Amino acid sequence: MNALAEQLNAPIMRGFLARNRWLILRRSAQLGILALFMAGPWFGIWWLKGNLASSTFLDVIGLTDPLVLLQSFLAGHAVALTALVGALTVLAFYAIVGGRVYCSWVCPINIVTDAAFWLRNRLRINASWQPRKSTRWWILTTALAVSVLTGTIAWELVNPITMLQRGLVFGMGLAWVVVAAVFLFDLAVSRRGWCSYICPVGAFYGTIGNLSLVRVSAVKRQACTDCGDCYRVCPEPHVIVPALKPKVLTASPVISSGDCTNCGRCIDVCPDDVFRFGTRFAKLS
Amino acid sequence: MQHDAKSEGRRKFIQSCVGLAGSAGVVGLLLAGYSKQSRALPAWALRPPGALPEAEFNAACVRCGLCVRACPFHMLHLAELGQDITTGTPYFIAREDPCEMCKDIPCAAACPTDALSKELTDIRDAKMGVAVLTGRDTCYAVARGANCRACYLACPIKDEAITMERRVSNGRGYFEPTVHPDKCTGCGKCEHDCVTEEASIKVLPMGLAKHDPLPAR
Repeated sequence: MNALAEQLNAPIMRGFLARNRWLILRRSAQLGILALFMAGPWFGIWWLKGNLASSTFLDVIGLTDPLVLLQSFLAGHAVALTALVGALTVLAFYAIVGGRVYCSWVCPINIVTDAAFWLRNRLRINASWQPRKSTRWWILTTALAVSVLTGTIAWELVNPITMLQRGLVFGMGLAWVVVAAVFLFDLAVSRRGWCSYICPVGAFYGTIGNLSLVRVSAVKRQACTDCGDCYRVCPEPHVIVPALKPKVLTASPVISSGDCTNCGRCIDVCPDDVFRFGTRFAKLS
Repeated sequence: MQHDAKSEGRRKFIQSCVGLAGSAGVVGLLLAGYSKQSRALPAWALRPPGALPEAEFNAACVRCGLCVRACPFHMLHLAELGQDITTGTPYFIAREDPCEMCKDIPCAAACPTDALSKELTDIRDAKMGVAVLTGRDTCYAVARGANCRACYLACPIKDEAITMERRVSNGRGYFEPTVHPDKCTGCGKCEHDCVTEEASIKVLPMGLAKHDPLPAR
């Protein structure tokens, strides 16, 4: 594991692969997970059944989205053992690899919003309305409250993540409309709006991320030349500041905010090789 | 001066709190209204065996589709956005593909949340809906006195859930398909096999047929 991490982190010539290593791995993970779900209905390979809300892997390992299950519980349904074990498995996984790894390595909407971000830069769309950072927390709280009050799994009525993913695996219906709305919102209304300000699923996984083990660290921050590339690619640039430009020189280089999605894009783009994947206990090098 | 700055900051803070709480309230009301609307199951859709009553089902089902995958006859579907059923929840259409009433109830066994209850151990106790002879005017047996008994023959628990009862009307004798709701599982076989163009016998969802339990109002 360590050897692999070392190898992946090793400074090599900054060719296309070096500049896009983590992005390529990330897209492979996102598309690979989708492919596993779709291999069943398309090719009859049933390794991964169900969808992101709940699934079984090789008919043995049950996985359940903890946020969906929490809403179901708040809606008044007693939690079943299978679902509970599945949710704890998922929680344990993200507690290790990083809460918002869900956002950047699994969630299919991330591909949509990243595409909108790319196109926005291409078209030089600068106009942007940025909601408050706390907005997603209010929406999460509201979704949980509505679950209690109406006895339904409230966010699942509108959640574009599960609509898109379920749509691809089981049939889209009008779910394209929701996906297109998110794309247009990110493209024309709000820069990185959906994932960084609105989505309560990200807010939920961010809470797990506050405690999780795997982290990006600015271990070679003394090499930073203030080019600003990392801030430009980061979906949550505020998380970088305390690790890269701390007020105290000896402060930890670990990006400790749960908002960080562990996408690794800062590692990719930094020409000075400042960032590394490591644990939350990483030290300055 | 400092006092003013302090109260200015406090005012801003309260303003932003009220603003966000107001927006959250609006989002919440929209969401609540939407959830209310998608609470009732339309007459043409039936839930898989063991499904909790509709209101509880909407709290329990996580829309994962594992029941759909477990069904060996591929007759279950997940509702798509735009249909009259809560998006992502499972249903079947009796006229197209009825429930084959597997003894081991694989769909319910696959359900991770018990939205399809595991308390259902005998498929004959299932209550997916109840068959009703809706077309007395079109049913060959009733309206024409013909010797049709397609629904009776289709019923997996014939002679219990459906019987052919001899009736006399205006001196004319005929056999009427008669559903016994306490035995009918709502599998939909009768509706599926009915030979009239529009099925003369239809399975209605429990909530619609029996108002049991009463839907939340």
